[in-house]
Amino acid sequence: MKVKASTPLVRFFLTLDVDYNMPYDLITKLEGGIMMKGKLCVLFAGLLVLALILTACAPGKKEAAEEEAVEAVGRLQLVKERGMLIMGCNAELPGFGYINPAGDFEGFDIDFGKAIAAAVFGDATKIEYRPLTAAERLPALQTGEVDVLNRNTTWTLTRDSANELDWAAVTFYDGQGMMVRKDSGWKSLEDMAGATVSCTTGTTTEMNLADAFRSRGVEYTPLLFESTQDTNTAYEEGRADGETSDKSQLAALRSAMANPDEHVILDVTMSKEPLGPLTAHGDNQWNDVVRWVVWGIIQAEESGVSSKNVDEMLSSKDPTIQRLLGVSGEMGTSLGLSDDFMVNVLKAVGNYEEIYERWLGPEGINIPRGPNRLWNKGGLLYPMAFR
Amino acid sequence: MSGEGVSGCIPFKGVDMNQRAAMDEHRSVVPFWRNERVLKVLAQIVFVILVLAVGAWALTNYLERGLKFSYSFLDEEASFDLAEGIEFSPTDPYARAFLVGVLNTARVAAIGIVLATLVGLVTGIARLSKNWLVSKIAGVYIEIIRNIPLLVQLFLLYFAVIMKLPQIKEAFVLPGPVYISNRGIVLPWPRVAASFGLWWPFLVVALIGAVALLIIRGRSLKHTGRPSFNLLWVVTPLVAVPVLGWLLIPGNPLLLDLPEMVTKSGGVLKVEGGTALSSEFTALLLGLVVYTGAYIAEVVRAGILSVPRGQTEAARAQGFTNRQILSLIVLPQALRVIIPPLISQYLNLTKNSSLAIAIGFLDLYAVSQTMWNQSGRVVEVFFMIMASYLTMSLTISFVMNIVNRRMQIVER
Repeated sequence: MKVKASTPLVRFFLTLDVDYNMPYDLITKLEGGIMMKGKLCVLFAGLLVLALILTACAPGKKEAAEEEAVEAVGRLQLVKERGMLIMGCNAELPGFGYINPAGDFEGFDIDFGKAIAAAVFGDATKIEYRPLTAAERLPALQTGEVDVLNRNTTWTLTRDSANELDWAAVTFYDGQGMMVRKDSGWKSLEDMAGATVSCTTGTTTEMNLADAFRSRGVEYTPLLFESTQDTNTAYEEGRADGETSDKSQLAALRSAMANPDEHVILDVTMSKEPLGPLTAHGDNQWNDVVRWVVWGIIQAEESGVSSKNVDEMLSSKDPTIQRLLGVSGEMGTSLGLSDDFMVNVLKAVGNYEEIYERWLGPEGINIPRGPNRLWNKGGLLYPMAFR
Repeated sequence: MSGEGVSGCIPFKGVDMNQRAAMDEHRSVVPFWRNERVLKVLAQIVFVILVLAVGAWALTNYLERGLKFSYSFLDEEASFDLAEGIEFSPTDPYARAFLVGVLNTARVAAIGIVLATLVGLVTGIARLSKNWLVSKIAGVYIEIIRNIPLLVQLFLLYFAVIMKLPQIKEAFVLPGPVYISNRGIVLPWPRVAASFGLWWPFLVVALIGAVALLIIRGRSLKHTGRPSFNLLWVVTPLVAVPVLGWLLIPGNPLLLDLPEMVTKSGGVLKVEGGTALSSEFTALLLGLVVYTGAYIAEVVRAGILSVPRGQTEAARAQGFTNRQILSLIVLPQALRVIIPPLISQYLNLTKNSSLAIAIGFLDLYAVSQTMWNQSGRVVEVFFMIMASYLTMSLTISFVMNIVNRRMQIVER
C-alpha cells in the first residue's frame, strides 16, 4: 500500500512543505484537514490507552512467588505442599497423550504422570495436565510452570545442556520410520526407487531422510510441509508414496486414518529418538523421584509384579521384590517418598508391560515392542539396581 | 479539546492568504515549540534516535549471546533435498538451495503477474458490462474472493480441490497427451534440438521485422489518421519467416517432448518427459491469480470509471464501435489511473507467494526456513530473505514506474 504523500500530517513528517502554488481552496481544504487530524490525534491517544489497559487486564504470570519457593525447598516439597502434580503433556498424539471423547487425558505418557502422582501422594488423581505444543514445552518447564514434562520429547545433548533440562529416564525408544501403502509390497527403503516421500520441514527428520536415501543410492522425491497434519494428508490422499516421521507418530497418525490396515510401517530405523520425562535442571531430588518411578515400573515387569498381583507379591520371598514394594529397606524414604510408593504406583497404572499394552499394543495404536522390550528379552529397557 | 492543543502539535492554522503573509513576516516571534521548522528538525532527530536505539539494542542482544555473524555456511553442504525447480542434490551448498527458492518464487510471481493481469482486465471490464448476467457474475467473483483470506483459499484449493484429483495410477489423460493427477499436471513441451542454432536467426529477423512494420504503421496512423496498411501485413512475416526457416534448415529445430507414464523398479508410477507443473505450484499459482485478479479487476473498474462519460459519448457520436471506444479512447486514459495501484497489486502478489509454505511449495521462504533450521543461522538467512524480496519488489516497481511515466507523457 502506498501512503499518500498529500496527507498533511504525512507531508509534515516527510518535511515536504505545502505547495503554496496550489489552488487556494485546496490549501484551505488541506488545513481544514489538519484540524480534523488534531481530533484524530486525541482519538488515537485514547485508543492507545485503551489498548494498554486491555493488555494489562490479560492474565499475567502468578508463578513468580512459587518459583522463589522452589529454590528454597525443592520441587518435591512444593508439589507436596500444593497437593497436586502439574505435568506438561501432549493433547493431540493418540496413544501417547490425547484427550478422549469423555474429555479426559489418557495415553502412555499420561500414565507415567499418574504414576508419579501416585508415588508422591498415594493417589493417581492428584495431577493436573497442561497440554503444550512442541514450541511451548521446554520454556514451560524452564520457567517452572510445570513440575515435570512428559510429552514425547527426544533426549538430545543440546536440550540436556544448553537448555538446562534434565531427563529422568527413557520410557520409549523411538526412531524415525517410513510408512507406505501395504499394496506397494515394499519391505525396505531400497525398494522405493522413484518414490515421493512426504515429510515435515524444519525437523531433523528432513535431513535424516536425505541421508538415508543418499547412503543407499536410491532416487526419491521429497515433499515438504510445515505441519504434521498436512504432511499426513498429502500421503493419505496419494500425493506421496511414503511418509516419514518418528515411528510412534506414524503409528498414531495411521490409527486415525480411514483405513489403517492399508498402511504399514517399514522395519527401518533412520535415527535414534529416545523419549522420556524430564525436569528442570538442578533439582536432583525431584529428578531422582521421577527417574526411580520410571525404573520401578520397568523393574516391576522384570520381576513379574503387576497391578493384579501386587497384593500377593507383598509376601514374596524375592529380596528385589521386597525392596521394590517397600517390604524391606528404606528405598522410598531416601527418595523423600513413603516406602511403599511402588505399591501405589503399580495399583494405579500397573507395570511397564501393562501400560504399553494398554496404549501401544494391538488394543491401542499397535506398535511392535521392538527395542522397548526388557534387556533380558533382547530390548533396551534396563532399570538400574533397586537396592 | 481546545484549539491551542491542536495548533501545538500541528504547524499551521486555518488562515487565509493575507494572514499567511503577515504570519510569515512574524515567524521569528513564534515560540520555538510552535515553530514549524524547529518541529520538523526535531521530528527527524527523534526518528533517527529511535531507529539507532532499536538497531543498537538488537546488535547488543546479538553480541551478548556470543553469536557470530557469518555467511560461511553458504558454502557448506546442504544435506537436505529439494524437489521443485532447478536441479538440486543434498551435496550442493546452501547457496544453491537458496537460489532454488529464489527462482521458484520468481517463476510463480512472473507467471502469476501476467495471468492475474489478464484475469483482472477481463473481469474488471465484465463488471461494467451492460449484460446483467456477466456483470453480476464478475461482481460475485470479486466480492467472494476479495473477502476471504488468501491462506484459506490456498488450503481449500490444495487440499480440497487438487488433492482430490485422481491418484497417479488413475490419472486423467487428455489428448496431447496431458496427464492430470494429484501429483500435478504434465504437459508436452518443446525441446531445443541440435539444429536450433541455425533456426533462431530467422526468429530474430521475424521479430525485428514485425516490430519495425508496427512502428511504421503507428506513425502513419498518427500522421494521417488512418493506417497505411492492414495489421495482417505485420503478422504475416512474423509467422512466415520462421516457417520458411524451418523448411530450409535440415532437421527440426524444436522437438515436442511428449510425457509418458513409466513404472520404476519398485513399482512407482511416474510421468516422465514434457514439463511438469507440480500440484503445489498449480495450487499456489491458481490461488494467487484468482485472488490478485479480483483486486486488479476493481482497479481496472475504478480506472475505467474515472474516464468522463463525455469521452465515451463523444466517441460514440463519431461512430466508433464499442471495441474501438474501449481500446482507443477509454483504456489509454484509464491506464493512467490504473497503473499506480496495479504496481501495488503486483508487489502484493510477489510477497503473498510466501504463503507457499502452507501448501508445500518450495518458494524462497520455505527453502529459507529449512536453511535456518538446519544451519542455525537465523539472522543471516532472514537478511537474505529480506534482501531478496526487496530486490524483487524494487525491480517490479522500477519497471512499472517506467511504464507509468510513458503513459503519463502520452497524456499531454
